[in-house]
Amino acid sequence: MTSKTPILQLEHLGMTFPGHPVFNDLNLTINRGEFWSIVGENGVGKTTLMRTILHQLRPTTGKVNYLPSVNAVQIGYVPQFRNIDSEYPLTIRDFVGLNLTGWKLPWLSRGERQRVEAMLKQTGLTKLANRPIGQASGGEKQKAYLAQALVERPNLLILDESTASLDPVTKTELLDLVQQINQTLDLTVLFVTHDIPLARRYTQQFLMLTPQGTEQGAIDQLTDQKVWRGEAEHV
Amino acid sequence: MFSYEFMRNAFAAGTIIAVICGIMGVFVIARNMSFLTHTLSEIGFSGAAFGIFAGWTPLSGMLLFTVVSSVIVGQLSVRAERREAATSAISALFIGLGILFLSLANTNASYATNILFGSVIGISSSDVTQMLVLSILVLIVVLVIYRFLKFDSFDHTGALVKGLWTNTLSVTFLVLLALSVSVAAQIVGSLLIFILLTLPAATAKYFAHSVGRMMGLAILLALVGVWSGLALSYVTNYPVSFFIAAIEALFYFIALGWQHAQTAAKN
Repeated sequence: MTSKTPILQLEHLGMTFPGHPVFNDLNLTINRGEFWSIVGENGVGKTTLMRTILHQLRPTTGKVNYLPSVNAVQIGYVPQFRNIDSEYPLTIRDFVGLNLTGWKLPWLSRGERQRVEAMLKQTGLTKLANRPIGQASGGEKQKAYLAQALVERPNLLILDESTASLDPVTKTELLDLVQQINQTLDLTVLFVTHDIPLARRYTQQFLMLTPQGTEQGAIDQLTDQKVWRGEAEHV
Repeated sequence: MFSYEFMRNAFAAGTIIAVICGIMGVFVIARNMSFLTHTLSEIGFSGAAFGIFAGWTPLSGMLLFTVVSSVIVGQLSVRAERREAATSAISALFIGLGILFLSLANTNASYATNILFGSVIGISSSDVTQMLVLSILVLIVVLVIYRFLKFDSFDHTGALVKGLWTNTLSVTFLVLLALSVSVAAQIVGSLLIFILLTLPAATAKYFAHSVGRMMGLAILLALVGVWSGLALSYVTNYPVSFFIAAIEALFYFIALGWQHAQTAAKN
Protein backbone atom coordinates (compact mmCIF):
# COMPACT_ATOMS: atom_id res chain seq x y z
CA MET A 1 0.00 0.00 0.00
CA THR A 2 1.15 3.53 -0.76
CA SER A 3 1.49 5.66 2.34
CA LYS A 4 0.87 9.40 2.09
CA THR A 5 4.22 10.45 3.42
CA PRO A 6 5.76 13.13 1.19
CA ILE A 7 9.28 12.38 0.00
CA LEU A 8 9.70 15.13 -2.61
CA GLN A 9 8.07 18.54 -2.98
CA LEU A 10 8.61 20.92 -5.87
CA GLU A 11 7.66 24.43 -4.77
CA HIS A 12 7.09 27.10 -7.44
CA LEU A 13 9.95 25.53 -9.35
CA GLY A 14 11.12 27.37 -12.43
CA MET A 15 14.04 26.98 -14.80
CA THR A 16 15.10 29.47 -17.44
CA PHE A 17 18.10 29.05 -19.67
CA PRO A 18 19.36 32.28 -21.29
CA GLY A 19 16.48 33.50 -23.48
CA HIS A 20 14.61 30.23 -23.12
CA PRO A 21 12.14 29.49 -20.31
CA VAL A 22 11.91 25.73 -19.73
CA PHE A 23 9.24 25.42 -17.03
CA ASN A 24 7.72 27.84 -14.59
CA ASP A 25 5.87 27.74 -11.24
CA LEU A 26 5.87 23.95 -11.05
CA ASN A 27 4.31 22.64 -7.86
CA LEU A 28 4.25 18.93 -7.13
CA THR A 29 4.16 16.66 -4.10
CA ILE A 30 5.33 13.09 -4.48
CA ASN A 31 4.60 10.64 -1.68
CA ARG A 32 6.58 7.65 -0.62
CA GLY A 33 5.86 4.53 -2.68
CA GLU A 34 4.14 6.35 -5.53
CA PHE A 35 4.86 5.50 -9.17
CA TRP A 36 4.74 8.61 -11.37
CA SER A 37 5.17 9.02 -15.09
CA ILE A 38 6.72 12.24 -16.37
CA VAL A 39 5.56 12.84 -19.94
CA GLY A 40 5.88 15.52 -22.57
CA GLU A 41 7.37 16.09 -25.97
CA ASN A 42 11.12 16.27 -26.67
CA GLY A 43 12.79 19.46 -25.45
CA VAL A 44 10.01 20.40 -23.05
CA GLY A 45 12.27 20.04 -20.01
CA LYS A 46 11.80 16.54 -18.63
CA THR A 47 15.50 15.82 -18.34
CA THR A 48 16.14 19.34 -17.02
CA LEU A 49 13.57 18.66 -14.30
CA MET A 50 15.23 15.34 -13.45
CA ARG A 51 18.66 16.98 -13.33
CA THR A 52 17.24 19.61 -10.99
CA ILE A 53 15.87 16.89 -8.71
CA LEU A 54 19.27 15.16 -8.87
CA HIS A 55 21.00 18.36 -7.58
CA GLN A 56 22.86 18.71 -10.89
CA LEU A 57 21.11 21.97 -11.84
CA ARG A 58 20.10 24.85 -9.60
CA PRO A 59 16.55 26.07 -10.30
CA THR A 60 16.06 29.67 -11.39
CA THR A 61 13.10 30.07 -9.05
CA GLY A 62 11.48 27.99 -6.33
CA LYS A 63 13.00 25.00 -4.62
CA VAL A 64 13.11 21.23 -4.34
CA ASN A 65 12.33 19.92 -0.86
CA TYR A 66 13.56 16.46 0.08
CA LEU A 67 11.54 15.11 3.01
CA PRO A 68 12.02 14.67 5.88
CA SER A 69 15.56 15.87 5.03
CA VAL A 70 17.90 16.01 2.08
CA ASN A 71 20.06 13.23 3.54
CA ALA A 72 17.04 10.99 4.01
CA VAL A 73 16.33 10.87 0.28
CA GLN A 74 18.69 8.58 -1.60
CA ILE A 75 18.21 8.78 -5.33
CA GLY A 76 18.87 5.98 -7.81
CA TYR A 77 19.01 6.93 -11.49
CA VAL A 78 18.66 4.73 -14.58
CA PRO A 79 19.39 6.56 -17.84
CA GLN A 80 18.52 5.48 -21.37
CA PHE A 81 22.16 5.39 -22.44
CA ARG A 82 25.50 5.07 -20.75
CA ASN A 83 28.95 5.32 -22.23
CA ILE A 84 29.37 1.55 -22.50
CA ASP A 85 30.63 0.15 -25.79
CA SER A 86 31.12 -3.49 -26.81
CA GLU A 87 34.70 -3.46 -25.47
CA TYR A 88 33.74 -2.19 -22.00
CA PRO A 89 35.56 -4.67 -19.77
CA LEU A 90 33.69 -4.96 -16.47
CA THR A 91 31.32 -7.84 -15.76
CA ILE A 92 27.72 -7.13 -14.83
CA ARG A 93 28.58 -8.08 -11.21
CA ASP A 94 31.47 -5.60 -11.06
CA PHE A 95 29.42 -2.90 -12.74
CA VAL A 96 26.66 -3.25 -10.15
CA GLY A 97 29.24 -3.08 -7.34
CA LEU A 98 30.67 0.22 -8.61
CA ASN A 99 27.93 2.12 -6.79
CA LEU A 100 29.10 0.86 -3.39
CA THR A 101 31.44 3.64 -2.31
CA GLY A 102 30.68 3.68 1.40
CA TRP A 103 33.38 1.30 2.64
CA LYS A 104 36.95 2.58 2.71
CA LEU A 105 38.86 -0.52 1.59
CA PRO A 106 39.41 -1.02 -2.16
CA TRP A 107 37.68 -4.40 -2.17
CA LEU A 108 34.04 -5.04 -1.25
CA SER A 109 33.27 -6.29 2.24
CA ARG A 110 31.35 -9.56 2.68
CA GLY A 111 28.16 -7.63 3.43
CA GLU A 112 28.59 -5.54 0.30
CA ARG A 113 29.18 -8.63 -1.85
CA GLN A 114 25.98 -10.11 -0.42
CA ARG A 115 24.08 -6.95 -1.35
CA VAL A 116 25.38 -7.17 -4.91
CA GLU A 117 24.38 -10.84 -5.16
CA ALA A 118 20.93 -10.12 -3.71
CA MET A 119 20.38 -7.33 -6.24
CA LEU A 120 21.57 -9.52 -9.12
CA LYS A 121 19.08 -12.15 -7.99
CA GLN A 122 16.25 -9.65 -7.64
CA THR A 123 16.85 -8.32 -11.16
CA GLY A 124 17.26 -11.79 -12.66
CA LEU A 125 20.92 -11.29 -13.54
CA THR A 126 22.58 -13.98 -11.40
CA LYS A 127 23.28 -16.29 -14.35
CA LEU A 128 24.66 -13.41 -16.41
CA ALA A 129 26.72 -11.88 -13.60
CA ASN A 130 30.10 -12.85 -15.08
CA ARG A 131 29.31 -11.58 -18.58
CA PRO A 132 31.10 -8.36 -19.59
CA ILE A 133 28.38 -5.74 -19.65
CA GLY A 134 29.67 -4.48 -23.01
CA GLN A 135 28.52 -7.77 -24.50
CA ALA A 136 25.09 -7.75 -22.84
CA SER A 137 21.86 -7.03 -24.76
CA GLY A 138 20.00 -3.73 -24.38
CA GLY A 139 17.55 -5.22 -21.91
CA GLU A 140 20.28 -6.89 -19.84
CA LYS A 141 22.17 -3.61 -19.71
CA GLN A 142 19.08 -1.77 -18.48
CA LYS A 143 18.58 -4.41 -15.79
CA ALA A 144 22.23 -3.98 -14.78
CA TYR A 145 21.79 -0.19 -14.61
CA LEU A 146 18.69 -0.78 -12.48
CA ALA A 147 20.55 -3.20 -10.19
CA GLN A 148 23.40 -0.71 -9.81
CA ALA A 149 20.97 2.09 -8.95
CA LEU A 150 19.18 -0.12 -6.40
CA VAL A 151 22.24 -1.66 -4.71
CA GLU A 152 22.69 1.48 -2.59
CA ARG A 153 19.08 1.07 -1.39
CA PRO A 154 17.61 4.32 -2.69
CA ASN A 155 14.11 5.41 -1.72
CA LEU A 156 13.58 7.41 -4.92
CA LEU A 157 14.25 5.86 -8.31
CA ILE A 158 14.34 7.85 -11.56
CA LEU A 159 13.96 5.95 -14.83
CA ASP A 160 14.97 8.51 -17.47
CA GLU A 161 13.57 7.11 -20.74
CA SER A 162 15.16 3.82 -19.68
CA THR A 163 12.80 1.78 -21.84
CA ALA A 164 12.99 3.96 -24.97
CA SER A 165 15.40 1.76 -26.90
CA LEU A 166 13.98 -1.59 -25.80
CA ASP A 167 11.64 -3.94 -27.67
CA PRO A 168 8.08 -4.30 -26.30
CA VAL A 169 8.71 -7.60 -24.49
CA THR A 170 11.86 -6.32 -22.76
CA LYS A 171 10.10 -3.05 -21.83
CA THR A 172 7.39 -5.06 -20.10
CA GLU A 173 9.92 -7.30 -18.34
CA LEU A 174 11.84 -4.31 -17.01
CA LEU A 175 8.75 -2.45 -15.81
CA ASP A 176 7.27 -5.60 -14.26
CA LEU A 177 10.46 -5.79 -12.26
CA VAL A 178 10.34 -2.09 -11.29
CA GLN A 179 6.67 -2.41 -10.33
CA GLN A 180 7.44 -5.41 -8.14
CA ILE A 181 10.25 -3.52 -6.39
CA ASN A 182 8.03 -0.43 -6.10
CA GLN A 183 5.41 -2.48 -4.30
CA THR A 184 7.61 -4.69 -2.14
CA LEU A 185 10.15 -2.06 -1.06
CA ASP A 186 7.80 0.95 -1.00
CA LEU A 187 10.17 2.60 -3.48
CA THR A 188 9.10 5.88 -5.07
CA VAL A 189 9.53 5.83 -8.85
CA LEU A 190 9.61 8.64 -11.42
CA PHE A 191 9.34 7.19 -14.92
CA VAL A 192 10.23 9.63 -17.71
CA THR A 193 8.66 8.34 -20.92
CA HIS A 194 6.99 9.08 -24.24
CA ASP A 195 5.14 5.77 -24.14
CA ILE A 196 1.63 6.65 -22.93
CA PRO A 197 0.22 3.09 -23.00
CA LEU A 198 3.18 1.93 -20.92
CA ALA A 199 2.73 4.83 -18.49
CA ARG A 200 -0.99 3.99 -18.15
CA ARG A 201 -0.21 0.33 -17.53
CA TYR A 202 2.37 0.76 -14.80
CA THR A 203 2.15 4.16 -13.14
CA GLN A 204 -0.41 5.72 -10.82
CA GLN A 205 0.04 9.45 -11.41
CA PHE A 206 1.37 11.61 -14.20
CA LEU A 207 3.04 14.95 -14.60
CA MET A 208 2.82 16.31 -18.14
CA LEU A 209 5.13 19.10 -19.22
CA THR A 210 4.06 21.21 -22.17
CA PRO A 211 5.36 24.53 -23.47
CA GLN A 212 2.17 26.13 -22.08
CA GLY A 213 2.59 24.76 -18.58
CA THR A 214 2.24 21.60 -16.56
CA GLU A 215 -0.62 19.27 -15.78
CA GLN A 216 -0.82 16.50 -13.24
CA GLY A 217 -3.33 13.94 -12.12
CA ALA A 218 -4.30 10.31 -11.82
CA ILE A 219 -2.96 8.21 -14.65
CA ASP A 220 -6.38 7.28 -16.03
CA GLN A 221 -6.82 10.94 -17.00
CA LEU A 222 -3.80 10.74 -19.27
CA THR A 223 -4.57 9.94 -22.87
CA ASP A 224 -2.56 10.03 -26.06
CA GLN A 225 -4.96 12.73 -27.24
CA LYS A 226 -4.07 14.90 -24.28
CA VAL A 227 -0.35 14.63 -25.06
CA TRP A 228 -0.92 15.18 -28.77
CA ARG A 229 -3.08 18.21 -28.02
CA GLY A 230 -0.30 19.70 -25.91
CA GLU A 231 2.13 19.17 -28.75
CA ALA A 232 -0.27 20.48 -31.38
CA GLU A 233 -0.87 23.68 -29.39
CA HIS A 234 2.88 24.16 -29.23
CA VAL A 235 3.21 23.78 -33.02
CA MET B 1 74.13 -9.03 -15.97
CA PHE B 2 73.27 -8.53 -12.29
CA SER B 3 76.92 -8.16 -11.35
CA TYR B 4 76.66 -4.58 -12.58
CA GLU B 5 75.11 -2.14 -10.14
CA PHE B 6 73.48 -0.12 -12.92
CA MET B 7 71.62 -3.23 -14.12
CA ARG B 8 70.43 -4.05 -10.61
CA ASN B 9 69.22 -0.47 -10.27
CA ALA B 10 67.58 -0.62 -13.70
CA PHE B 11 65.67 -3.79 -12.78
CA ALA B 12 64.59 -2.33 -9.44
CA ALA B 13 63.44 0.89 -11.14
CA GLY B 14 61.76 -1.10 -13.92
CA THR B 15 59.81 -3.13 -11.39
CA ILE B 16 58.57 0.00 -9.61
CA ILE B 17 57.61 1.54 -12.96
CA ALA B 18 55.75 -1.58 -14.10
CA VAL B 19 53.68 -1.69 -10.93
CA ILE B 20 52.76 2.00 -11.00
CA CYS B 21 52.03 1.96 -14.74
CA GLY B 22 49.91 -1.20 -14.46
CA ILE B 23 47.72 0.39 -11.80
CA MET B 24 47.47 3.88 -13.27
CA GLY B 25 47.13 2.53 -16.81
CA VAL B 26 43.84 0.83 -16.00
CA PHE B 27 42.37 4.21 -15.09
CA VAL B 28 44.02 5.90 -18.11
CA ILE B 29 42.27 3.42 -20.43
CA ALA B 30 38.95 3.59 -18.58
CA ARG B 31 38.99 7.40 -18.73
CA ASN B 32 40.04 7.45 -22.43
CA MET B 33 43.12 9.47 -21.59
CA SER B 34 45.74 7.81 -23.81
CA PHE B 35 46.28 10.95 -25.86
CA LEU B 36 46.46 13.11 -22.76
CA THR B 37 49.04 10.74 -21.29
CA HIS B 38 51.08 11.13 -24.46
CA THR B 39 50.91 14.90 -24.02
CA LEU B 40 51.98 14.68 -20.38
CA SER B 41 55.02 12.71 -21.44
CA GLU B 42 55.95 15.48 -23.88
CA ILE B 43 55.45 18.00 -21.12
CA GLY B 44 57.78 15.79 -19.08
CA PHE B 45 60.44 16.19 -21.79
CA SER B 46 60.06 19.95 -21.63
CA GLY B 47 60.25 19.87 -17.83
CA ALA B 48 63.38 17.73 -17.86
CA ALA B 49 64.98 20.12 -20.34
CA PHE B 50 64.02 23.02 -18.09
CA GLY B 51 65.52 21.18 -15.11
CA ILE B 52 68.84 20.88 -16.91
CA PHE B 53 68.66 24.52 -18.00
CA ALA B 54 67.94 25.63 -14.41
CA GLY B 55 70.69 23.46 -12.97
CA TRP B 56 68.22 21.05 -11.28
CA THR B 57 67.85 17.33 -11.84
CA PRO B 58 65.74 16.39 -14.91
CA LEU B 59 63.26 14.62 -12.57
CA SER B 60 62.65 17.82 -10.56
CA GLY B 61 61.94 19.78 -13.74
CA MET B 62 59.65 17.01 -14.96
CA LEU B 63 57.72 16.94 -11.71
CA LEU B 64 57.24 20.71 -11.75
CA PHE B 65 56.06 20.86 -15.36
CA THR B 66 53.87 17.76 -15.41
CA VAL B 67 52.10 18.50 -12.13
CA VAL B 68 51.40 22.17 -12.95
CA SER B 69 50.37 21.42 -16.52
CA SER B 70 48.16 18.47 -15.51
CA VAL B 71 46.01 20.87 -13.52
CA ILE B 72 45.85 23.30 -16.48
CA VAL B 73 45.14 20.49 -18.96
CA GLY B 74 42.42 19.19 -16.65
CA GLN B 75 40.70 22.56 -16.60
CA LEU B 76 41.04 23.07 -20.38
CA SER B 77 39.82 19.56 -21.15
CA VAL B 78 36.66 19.52 -19.09
CA ARG B 79 34.56 19.79 -22.25
CA ALA B 80 35.06 16.55 -24.17
CA GLU B 81 34.52 18.15 -27.60
CA ARG B 82 37.54 20.41 -27.22
CA ARG B 83 39.73 17.93 -25.35
CA GLU B 84 41.78 16.74 -28.35
CA ALA B 85 42.34 20.21 -29.80
CA ALA B 86 43.33 21.67 -26.41
CA THR B 87 45.66 18.74 -25.77
CA SER B 88 47.29 19.11 -29.20
CA ALA B 89 47.91 22.82 -28.63
CA ILE B 90 49.50 22.19 -25.23
CA SER B 91 51.55 19.33 -26.66
CA ALA B 92 52.94 21.53 -29.46
CA LEU B 93 53.77 24.34 -27.04
CA PHE B 94 55.66 22.11 -24.62
CA ILE B 95 57.68 20.25 -27.26
CA GLY B 96 58.77 23.66 -28.55
CA LEU B 97 59.67 24.81 -25.04
CA GLY B 98 61.62 21.59 -24.45
CA ILE B 99 63.72 22.21 -27.54
CA LEU B 100 64.27 25.84 -26.48
CA PHE B 101 65.41 24.87 -22.96
CA LEU B 102 67.78 22.23 -24.30
CA SER B 103 69.24 24.80 -26.65
CA LEU B 104 69.60 27.36 -23.86
CA ALA B 105 71.15 24.77 -21.54
CA ASN B 106 73.79 24.15 -24.19
CA THR B 107 73.88 20.40 -23.52
CA ASN B 108 75.08 17.79 -25.94
CA ALA B 109 72.78 15.68 -28.10
CA SER B 110 73.19 12.50 -26.05
CA TYR B 111 71.67 14.23 -23.01
CA ALA B 112 68.60 15.09 -25.05
CA THR B 113 68.46 11.54 -26.36
CA ASN B 114 68.53 10.18 -22.81
CA ILE B 115 65.60 12.38 -21.80
CA LEU B 116 63.59 11.45 -24.86
CA PHE B 117 64.35 7.75 -25.06
CA GLY B 118 65.51 6.84 -21.57
CA SER B 119 68.72 5.32 -20.33
CA VAL B 120 69.56 2.17 -18.45
CA ILE B 121 73.02 3.10 -17.34
CA GLY B 122 71.98 6.41 -15.84
CA ILE B 123 69.93 4.96 -12.96
CA SER B 124 71.62 5.32 -9.58
CA SER B 125 70.47 3.79 -6.31
CA SER B 126 69.38 7.24 -5.10
CA ASP B 127 67.22 7.53 -8.27
CA VAL B 128 65.62 4.20 -7.36
CA THR B 129 64.90 5.45 -3.84
CA GLN B 130 63.41 8.68 -5.23
CA MET B 131 61.19 6.70 -7.61
CA LEU B 132 60.12 4.37 -4.82
CA VAL B 133 59.09 7.26 -2.56
CA LEU B 134 57.09 8.93 -5.36
CA SER B 135 55.46 5.65 -6.32
CA ILE B 136 54.44 4.90 -2.75
CA LEU B 137 52.95 8.40 -2.53
CA VAL B 138 50.93 7.76 -5.71
CA LEU B 139 49.80 4.34 -4.47
CA ILE B 140 48.66 5.71 -1.09
CA VAL B 141 46.51 8.39 -2.74
CA VAL B 142 45.08 5.86 -5.22
CA LEU B 143 44.27 3.55 -2.31
CA VAL B 144 42.46 6.31 -0.40
CA ILE B 145 40.32 7.43 -3.37
CA TYR B 146 40.17 3.99 -5.05
CA ARG B 147 36.43 3.35 -4.92
CA PHE B 148 35.51 6.86 -6.02
CA LEU B 149 38.11 6.85 -8.79
CA LYS B 150 36.93 3.43 -9.96
CA PHE B 151 33.29 4.52 -10.10
CA ASP B 152 34.09 7.78 -11.90
CA SER B 153 36.48 6.10 -14.35
CA PHE B 154 34.24 3.17 -15.27
CA ASP B 155 30.84 4.84 -15.01
CA HIS B 156 31.06 8.62 -15.10
CA THR B 157 27.27 8.99 -15.45
CA GLY B 158 26.65 6.91 -12.33
CA ALA B 159 29.32 8.82 -10.38
CA LEU B 160 27.74 12.16 -11.35
CA VAL B 161 24.30 11.01 -10.22
CA LYS B 162 25.77 9.76 -6.98
CA GLY B 163 27.07 13.29 -6.37
CA LEU B 164 30.73 12.29 -6.31
CA TRP B 165 33.17 15.19 -6.61
CA THR B 166 34.06 14.20 -10.16
CA ASN B 167 35.95 17.40 -11.09
CA THR B 168 38.20 17.11 -8.03
CA LEU B 169 38.70 13.42 -8.78
CA SER B 170 39.67 14.27 -12.35
CA VAL B 171 42.30 16.84 -11.32
CA THR B 172 43.62 14.55 -8.56
CA PHE B 173 43.97 11.73 -11.07
CA LEU B 174 45.82 13.99 -13.52
CA VAL B 175 48.30 15.02 -10.81
CA LEU B 176 48.86 11.34 -9.94
CA LEU B 177 49.34 10.63 -13.63
CA ALA B 178 51.85 13.46 -13.87
CA LEU B 179 53.82 11.95 -10.98
CA SER B 180 53.68 8.51 -12.63
CA VAL B 181 54.91 9.93 -15.94
CA SER B 182 57.84 11.60 -14.21
CA VAL B 183 58.75 8.39 -12.39
CA ALA B 184 58.44 6.10 -15.39
CA ALA B 185 60.25 8.37 -17.84
CA GLN B 186 63.52 7.54 -16.09
CA ILE B 187 63.89 4.28 -17.99
CA VAL B 188 61.80 4.40 -21.14
CA GLY B 189 62.20 8.13 -21.70
CA SER B 190 59.61 10.84 -21.92
CA LEU B 191 58.76 10.15 -25.56
CA LEU B 192 57.77 6.54 -24.95
CA ILE B 193 56.41 6.62 -21.41
CA PHE B 194 52.83 6.49 -22.63
CA ILE B 195 53.57 2.96 -23.88
CA LEU B 196 53.73 1.60 -20.35
CA LEU B 197 50.85 3.76 -19.16
CA THR B 198 48.50 2.64 -21.93
CA LEU B 199 49.39 -0.61 -23.71
CA PRO B 200 49.56 -3.11 -20.80
CA ALA B 201 46.20 -1.90 -19.47
CA ALA B 202 44.69 -1.74 -22.96
CA THR B 203 45.80 -5.36 -23.49
CA ALA B 204 44.56 -6.48 -20.07
CA LYS B 205 41.10 -5.10 -20.85
CA TYR B 206 40.55 -7.91 -23.36
CA PHE B 207 41.38 -10.72 -20.94
CA ALA B 208 40.31 -9.51 -17.48
CA HIS B 209 36.85 -8.31 -16.50
CA SER B 210 37.24 -6.80 -13.06
CA VAL B 211 39.29 -3.76 -12.12
CA GLY B 212 41.53 -5.76 -9.75
CA ARG B 213 42.27 -8.44 -12.35
CA MET B 214 42.90 -5.83 -15.04
CA MET B 215 45.44 -4.20 -12.74
CA GLY B 216 47.09 -7.53 -11.95
CA LEU B 217 47.40 -8.48 -15.61
CA ALA B 218 48.53 -4.99 -16.63
CA ILE B 219 51.28 -5.10 -13.98
CA LEU B 220 52.34 -8.55 -15.20
CA LEU B 221 52.46 -7.46 -18.85
CA ALA B 222 54.39 -4.32 -17.94
CA LEU B 223 56.84 -6.38 -15.86
CA VAL B 224 57.41 -8.84 -18.71
CA GLY B 225 57.97 -5.95 -21.12
CA VAL B 226 60.33 -4.01 -18.86
CA TRP B 227 62.36 -7.02 -17.64
CA SER B 228 62.66 -8.54 -21.12
CA GLY B 229 63.46 -5.14 -22.59
CA LEU B 230 66.24 -4.57 -20.05
CA ALA B 231 67.72 -8.02 -20.61
CA LEU B 232 67.57 -7.74 -24.41
CA SER B 233 69.04 -4.26 -24.28
CA TYR B 234 71.91 -5.55 -22.13
CA VAL B 235 72.60 -8.42 -24.54
CA THR B 236 72.25 -6.53 -27.81
CA ASN B 237 73.22 -3.00 -26.74
CA TYR B 238 70.19 -1.64 -28.55
CA PRO B 239 67.89 0.91 -26.80
CA VAL B 240 65.74 -0.54 -24.01
CA SER B 241 62.78 1.63 -25.02
CA PHE B 242 62.69 -0.05 -28.45
CA PHE B 243 62.37 -3.51 -26.89
CA ILE B 244 59.75 -2.42 -24.34
CA ALA B 245 57.71 -0.69 -27.05
CA ALA B 246 57.95 -3.70 -29.38
CA ILE B 247 57.00 -6.23 -26.68
CA GLU B 248 54.05 -4.22 -25.37
CA ALA B 249 52.79 -3.49 -28.88
CA LEU B 250 53.07 -7.21 -29.71
CA PHE B 251 50.98 -8.10 -26.64
CA TYR B 252 48.41 -5.53 -27.67
CA PHE B 253 48.13 -6.81 -31.24
CA ILE B 254 47.81 -10.39 -29.98
CA ALA B 255 44.99 -9.24 -27.71
CA LEU B 256 43.27 -7.46 -30.61
CA GLY B 257 43.59 -10.61 -32.74
CA TRP B 258 42.21 -12.74 -29.92
CA GLN B 259 39.27 -10.39 -29.46
CA HIS B 260 38.62 -10.42 -33.21
CA ALA B 261 38.68 -14.24 -33.24
CA GLN B 262 36.30 -14.36 -30.27
CA THR B 263 33.85 -12.00 -31.96
CA ALA B 264 34.06 -13.95 -35.24
CA ALA B 265 33.43 -17.24 -33.40
CA LYS B 266 30.29 -15.78 -31.76
CA ASN B 267 28.93 -14.57 -35.10
